[in-house]
Amino acid sequence: MKIHEYQAKEILRRFNVPVPKGRIATTPEEAQAIARELGGAVCVVKAQIHAGGRGKGGGVKLARSPEEARARAQEILGMQLVTHQTGPAGQKVRRVLVEQGCDIARELYLGLTLDRDSSRLTLMASSEGGVEIEEVAAKHPEKILKTAIDPVVGLSSFQGRKLAYGLGLGKDVANRFVEFARALAVAYERVDASLAEINPLVLTKGGDVLALDAKINLDDNALFRHPDLAAMRDPDEEDPRENEAKQFDLSYIALEGNIGCMVNGAGLAMATMDIIKLAGGQPANFLDVGGGADAKKVTAAFKIILGDTHVRAVLVNIFGGIMKCDVIAEGIVVAAREVGLRLPLVVRLEGTNVEKGKAILAQSGLAITSADGMRDAAEKVVAAARQQAAA
Amino acid sequence: MAIFVDSNTKLLCQGITGSAGAFHSGQMLAYGTKLVGGVTPGKGGTFFEAPAAAGKKVPIYDTVAQAVEATGADATVIFVPPAFAADAILEAADAGIGLIVTITEGIPVLDMVRVKRAIAGQPIRLVGPNCPGVITPGACKIGIMPGHIHKEGRIGVVSRSGTLTYEAVHQLTLEGIGQSTCVGIGGDPVNGTDFIDCLSRFEADPRTDGVVMIGEIGGGAEERAAEYIRHEMKKPVVGFIAGRTAPPGKRMGHAGAIISGGKGTAQDKVAALRAAGVQVVDSPADMGRAMKDLLARRLAKSSRKPSRSPGGSKPRVKVAAKARGRAKATRAVKPAAKPARKATKKRVVAKRRAR
Repeated sequence: MKIHEYQAKEILRRFNVPVPKGRIATTPEEAQAIARELGGAVCVVKAQIHAGGRGKGGGVKLARSPEEARARAQEILGMQLVTHQTGPAGQKVRRVLVEQGCDIARELYLGLTLDRDSSRLTLMASSEGGVEIEEVAAKHPEKILKTAIDPVVGLSSFQGRKLAYGLGLGKDVANRFVEFARALAVAYERVDASLAEINPLVLTKGGDVLALDAKINLDDNALFRHPDLAAMRDPDEEDPRENEAKQFDLSYIALEGNIGCMVNGAGLAMATMDIIKLAGGQPANFLDVGGGADAKKVTAAFKIILGDTHVRAVLVNIFGGIMKCDVIAEGIVVAAREVGLRLPLVVRLEGTNVEKGKAILAQSGLAITSADGMRDAAEKVVAAARQQAAA
Repeated sequence: MAIFVDSNTKLLCQGITGSAGAFHSGQMLAYGTKLVGGVTPGKGGTFFEAPAAAGKKVPIYDTVAQAVEATGADATVIFVPPAFAADAILEAADAGIGLIVTITEGIPVLDMVRVKRAIAGQPIRLVGPNCPGVITPGACKIGIMPGHIHKEGRIGVVSRSGTLTYEAVHQLTLEGIGQSTCVGIGGDPVNGTDFIDCLSRFEADPRTDGVVMIGEIGGGAEERAAEYIRHEMKKPVVGFIAGRTAPPGKRMGHAGAIISGGKGTAQDKVAALRAAGVQVVDSPADMGRAMKDLLARRLAKSSRKPSRSPGGSKPRVKVAAKARGRAKATRAVKPAAKPARKATKKRVVAKRRAR
């Protein structure tokens, strides 16, 4: 789960990771009041959306007085902020973070995530702060220092020192860096994060080490033990159909094409998208109905797929295995009737009682085409979508 | 004998009284798996009765240690909910169980990081989590896969996915090709047994002639497997990678299936596997067919030179020589790093085999 910068900083503060002073505002007046409270010569008004690249898109502005903070917040709040991560439509800004400015001496990068190859958390640091880390990784991989964390021991001081001195930090700053890194590692573990990125991590002229920006992703699978963090979910930042799918325990991701897919199992769902493309079509979505595809789930899945107005035909690919195909077929027929399905529907069923299942689909009176195997299914649904699009 | 499990495997089920645990325990018993006990804390002394297996009764224990002592079980299958699954794995490890198959989906990733660290260095094989399990057709089914689609035979299957594995197995069976063992290694970013563990065991298994390997986007497991295949495998491998059409940054159902930071794309994985001599099919509908063609080609080759290749062993060597030739060509580019790496790899393989 993604969270906002201000929420990430709340978490960091809780675990004694140094962050700039600041608070969240939803109106220009609030922004002005916060700026006055903060005092200081400069403050920063930062748009809060989940996408990165906010500065370049005009979502981060400096202000030299509370009045100016109000004016900047007025500009940013409500804007459609477009960045390289939002897509061309952009994302509406509903909140701004008003933060104290600081005298930056140096910008670094610090990131923490799982290294799948070693099954350990890995702390990464780079002297190239403030730029995209993927870019650094591609052009100058030697500039990224890494150290793997033993889950029993946690991040040791020496590991922090290796990175600090590797980055060429002086002794006092190095010590603060080590404290920062260790606190970050503790925070990561305690909140069950899946990514923590401090970019930039700044060294101030006064010798402080601060998280100027902060991005934290949380492990969805661990939210059950962190109800306070689960409450940080911002539905405004998520695709409404993906959200609806979650409520029914379905995994749905919207794509660009016009062939709706409903499949059981993530691997088979991806493979179904792939074979649609091979047959010359474009999948409209990824949708995994999971192991137990009952009528209720199938109905919900149909509604979500048909909520996408680009869809011209639907492919259902269920490898039932232990589940009985006649039961699944009945579920599909009930669901198709309930949602008043008018688009062509191609169904590929496999498992116990597959013939009974096909008979149920054929006798339903609905425009359902049965398919044998994945290739046949893909070809039939691509042809149906073309016909429908032409009509 | 196949790999990991056979008709002598004595199995426990942790979470046998839950709905999934109970249903699949019945299915496993009906398949003929020697399910000798169940574990549910607080229900020790009672029995699990399986209507799916003619009412067969299985004793339930409070702890895994008690169950092992009473039954002599050497494998366990875990169905307990995600919040308690890591603990269940550690309990099985503590009781000395050598094969731990974890079906549970949705275990927090840091729990698995700790579990993996805790069992490292012990003679324990963890399969999963978030996987369909392991089956040696006709002998032993541990997990949730539909038994009836399988057929006894000589092709190994290893996969990160569940239903896509069933698809591959189904295609093989329809082509008349049976399976020696099918292993679902799971769709999570941190799992136990990986592709290389399975490939090395299939390579050493006299009952296995070839392997179907199914990967998906995310991580670098397929690339590492490609390296292994290139250097160590002589048996033919058919591959498929799911997710060519998946957009970056989106988790495609499985926690592990996500392209991030430009890494883990299907294109990279396909290229790595092809460079290692794996026949990667573009269409998921062609997995069974590709294996059939591969086996037929080898049979044709061996029958053309009957005197020189008794029992069809010659073509296998030929494939290997070809693969080695390719490997050599690559080696010539980076001569310095290679010999040491190769030695380490051999040791790793030896260790994996010892397990």
